[in-house]
Amino acid sequence: MGVEQKLGNLGVVTTSLEKVVNWSRTNAMWPMLFGLACCAIEMMAAQAADYDLSRFGMELMRASPRQSDLMIVAGRVSRKMAPVLRRLYDQMPDPKWVISMGDCASCGGVFNNYAIVPGVDEVVPVDVYVAGCPPRPEALIHGILTLHEKVRGEKLRDWA
Amino acid sequence: MNHVEKAVDSLRGALGPAFVGVDVFRGQTTVELAAGGLQQAVRHLRDDPGLDFGFLAALTAADRWPAEPRFAVLYQVYSLAHNVFLGLRVRLDGASAEVDSLESIFPAANWHEREVFDLFGITFRGHSDLRRILMPYDWVGHPLRKDQPQGYEEVQFTFNFDEIDRRKPYARE
Amino acid sequence: MGLTQMDITVDELKHLVSDRALQGETMLLNMGPQHPSTHGVLRLLLELDGEVVVNCIPDIGYLHTGIEKNMESKTYTQAIVMTDRMDYLNTMGNVLVYVLAIEKLVDLDVPPRAQSVRVILTELQRIASHLVWLGTHALDLAAMSVFLYCFRERELILDVLEMCSGQRMMTSYFRPGGLWRDVPPEFEPAVRSILELMPGRIDQYEDLLTKNPLWIDRTRRIGVISGPEALRAGMTGPSLRGSGVSWDLRKAQPYSGYEQYEFDVPVGSNGDVYDRYLCRMEEMRQSLRIVEQALRNLPSGPVLSGNRKFVPPPRSELGESMEALIHHFKLWTEGFSAPAASVFVPVESPRGELACYLEGDGGPKPYRVHFRTPSFGNLQALPQLARGHLVADLVGIIGSLDIVLGDVDR
Repeated sequence: MGVEQKLGNLGVVTTSLEKVVNWSRTNAMWPMLFGLACCAIEMMAAQAADYDLSRFGMELMRASPRQSDLMIVAGRVSRKMAPVLRRLYDQMPDPKWVISMGDCASCGGVFNNYAIVPGVDEVVPVDVYVAGCPPRPEALIHGILTLHEKVRGEKLRDWA
Repeated sequence: MNHVEKAVDSLRGALGPAFVGVDVFRGQTTVELAAGGLQQAVRHLRDDPGLDFGFLAALTAADRWPAEPRFAVLYQVYSLAHNVFLGLRVRLDGASAEVDSLESIFPAANWHEREVFDLFGITFRGHSDLRRILMPYDWVGHPLRKDQPQGYEEVQFTFNFDEIDRRKPYARE
Repeated sequence: MGLTQMDITVDELKHLVSDRALQGETMLLNMGPQHPSTHGVLRLLLELDGEVVVNCIPDIGYLHTGIEKNMESKTYTQAIVMTDRMDYLNTMGNVLVYVLAIEKLVDLDVPPRAQSVRVILTELQRIASHLVWLGTHALDLAAMSVFLYCFRERELILDVLEMCSGQRMMTSYFRPGGLWRDVPPEFEPAVRSILELMPGRIDQYEDLLTKNPLWIDRTRRIGVISGPEALRAGMTGPSLRGSGVSWDLRKAQPYSGYEQYEFDVPVGSNGDVYDRYLCRMEEMRQSLRIVEQALRNLPSGPVLSGNRKFVPPPRSELGESMEALIHHFKLWTEGFSAPAASVFVPVESPRGELACYLEGDGGPKPYRVHFRTPSFGNLQALPQLARGHLVADLVGIIGSLDIVLGDVDR
């Protein structure tokens, strides 16, 4: 703190490495295009002009899992799709987070039958659940900001 | 309605004993056929220039377990020129659930028959590629049959929340 | 019966690919379920000779939700919620076909105001669905700004839907016998403002794309199918009308009062991707025409049928009339019963012919519900359309068919 008081006018800031790393992770988190069903349309609406996701650093959605950090599971996961989902999650490099968007991904939603996996947390570990059927784009943005808060509280050794 | 009545009479004449019956409900006609006469009937409907039913709109099935005959395969054909549709129904036993494929007459029947095979287990003789289409490749059973369960999981309320939580297979990293 | 072993051996699938693939001359490529251009979870097995598609085998079922089986365990009114989620871009249309089937099965009347509002909302939903189609189709063919413009207009329509029902997409607004509740007073000015704004915006999209030489190069003479071929393959909707067959269920078998409105049905001539694009753009304009007529002649009156056996009485009556209380009790505990018969009701969704086969059994739950969905029929024709084209054209063809995987897999 003493250093900052002396060098304050020169535009120098001191902080911890953790904070810088977490700050950079939250401000440039690239989501992976994983829209499955109806929630995907609301995710696309959140990305489009009215509710802009680019202002949170998510300028584009990467289709390739190797180049993305965040998997937003948007939509219902059927039993045929579940192994594909797990494989894509495994292909993403660390650090990676998962938002389960919508009711079907969080808990099976309206459907309770043989074909839908009741909750995507049976397949991948989830960080934030966003409720709604489908959640409004503002709800998704709230979920993303909650994830940012969670990331800001992470320690470096979580992903080391 | 006239064209539909004309088609029904024409079918009755062409099929003979394979024509089982006709029922009209809320202005919609369904002709019931024996399984053996299906291909002949559909070919007659399509090729007869006076009838001209050239479009297969829907192909599905219903399961009436435990009543016999168990399955009913349902078809809807359209005549675009005369703007009418006609329903056809073929009843099948549970033990011998086989019927002729319409793929050679209407190529549009390809995926519809695969779906009926996948969900009900009715085989279509003469189909070029009868395999599962909607369920995973290694699924056992035919889900839409009435003796198959819904497959639901118990709903979590506060009184059984912890118990279900312990049994739920959460994914690990 | 059926395949029960874990691995599928090559022998069982050999008949799907040509001999050249088995000898290694052509390449088998998997355009997987997660792909930006497949508009959902569609898996395509491509057999490629260089860049030319020799064969393309669609593999569907990655979004199979078991809606038809699930609806058998719910009452007729409870099952309305599930129909919304089938074709998620045409939610009003799905509910409309199911509710029309119920009304036909139990012979229930619908007041004229409810029919007009149904038409207005279904046509607005058609415009919204075509906007998403245009946005994603253009995005696939690298016209990215159209995507942002289309979603901006779609927000206006979603605001109207939210105003009526409280939900942007899965509204469940139509009920057997009419609507859930009457439209609020802000509905009419909002729809009028959309009617004033949209023609200019559609002109903007046409300015960007229709005479654009890049767009024409990428869409002309791609994915050509003739009218009779398309009919044989089971295609319906704008994909069929682009090939010259004028078949629109709103004109041929009118439902919900469509016979009173004057509108044209655009028909293409070449059957390629460009003609299908032009058909859908013109359909948006015709939908605006229908909405304008319906709004101008909107009759006043109730929005729910008076038949208390199927339609719940208003809450104000419950304190006054014993029959109203009994009807309310029966409808809420058991639900209404339908006769043991079957009906087949087709409507025109933005993708083609959407039909509901509904069979009752005398009880309060549907015995068998089957939805004949348009994308299922249209996707069957994809191998035929894609043969001989380049992989980049395949993306345009899939976009022009306007498939929604929720529709295909149910």
